[in-house]
Amino acid sequence: MVRALLVVVSAFLLSACLMQTDSRQQLLATEQSQVALRSIQTRIFDSDDKYIALRSVIATLQDLGFVIEEADDVLGSVSATKLDGYDLRITVTVRPRNASQMLVRANAQYNDAAVDDPLPYQQFFAAMERSMFLTAQRVD
Amino acid sequence: MGCRGIRIGAVTAALAVALTGCLDKIPKDALELSPQSLQQRQTQTRVFDTDDEARMLAAAAGVLQDFGFTIDESETDLGVIVSSKRRDARQAGQVLRSVLTTLAGATVSLGLYWGASEPIDDVQEIRASLVTAPASESSERMAVRITFQRTVWNTDGDITRREAVDEALIYQDFFDALSLSLFLEAHRI
Repeated sequence: MVRALLVVVSAFLLSACLMQTDSRQQLLATEQSQVALRSIQTRIFDSDDKYIALRSVIATLQDLGFVIEEADDVLGSVSATKLDGYDLRITVTVRPRNASQMLVRANAQYNDAAVDDPLPYQQFFAAMERSMFLTAQRVD
Repeated sequence: MGCRGIRIGAVTAALAVALTGCLDKIPKDALELSPQSLQQRQTQTRVFDTDDEARMLAAAAGVLQDFGFTIDESETDLGVIVSSKRRDARQAGQVLRSVLTTLAGATVSLGLYWGASEPIDDVQEIRASLVTAPASESSERMAVRITFQRTVWNTDGDITRREAVDEALIYQDFFDALSLSLFLEAHRI
């Protein structure tokens, strides 16, 4: 019984240790290094048309069950939300990399946490490839 | 429950506590194209015989307003209109159940607690997002896709539902109204 109590108490202490001491630290905090994150979240598409790329992003997000919340063609950004018992938010930006390529970057937030797992981004870009009939290339 | 039971319970509780915060992981299929995605696209999309995107967007904005939505955001160059409305989310069944529970509770506890009722759905925020795009098979036709989602809060202010709205009839009603407003027939894809 005593041992059981000890386990519970130490678990509480452990979770307390994992907690932040100042929630303002979250402001510019990232789970992974920015270089690693950028490489997970970015792909290059061989397209010279920003509008077509942006419209493909919108269509892909709709196919994935997102509702578009905001779009800006000057900034080249699209934000959307998927509600399915959870709250998944995503922002996708499209900007020209050179005369014939577009750089597409996505970043997502699942409930209250950043999504930094590579798999969901791979899935998103795979869906975009199908929509654009183009192959997504990794950034070197 | 013996000592062993207590220990198992304690370990489970401890693990649950230690893992809180780590468990909130994105579902594996959240960003994967689902087998239903084609059918959903068909429900949510209609094609009209016009290449006038501005006219289409203006008509769609009018229909959204007819249904009580306010426009939150629009980007006509990309064919996007985002709108929302906040409405009552109370449902007869829930209200009745809550009243009965309250009555039963009040009777059983003989006034030990008075009038404490279980929370019921209270308000909902509905978002409608509409996107126009030239239909791929012919540039003289315009595809319109609308998607609805809603968040429901209960009387305690907690979120009880966050969901996409899938009812085909709702989409049908919207496109019927859009079709009337445009004087154009809505074709299914």
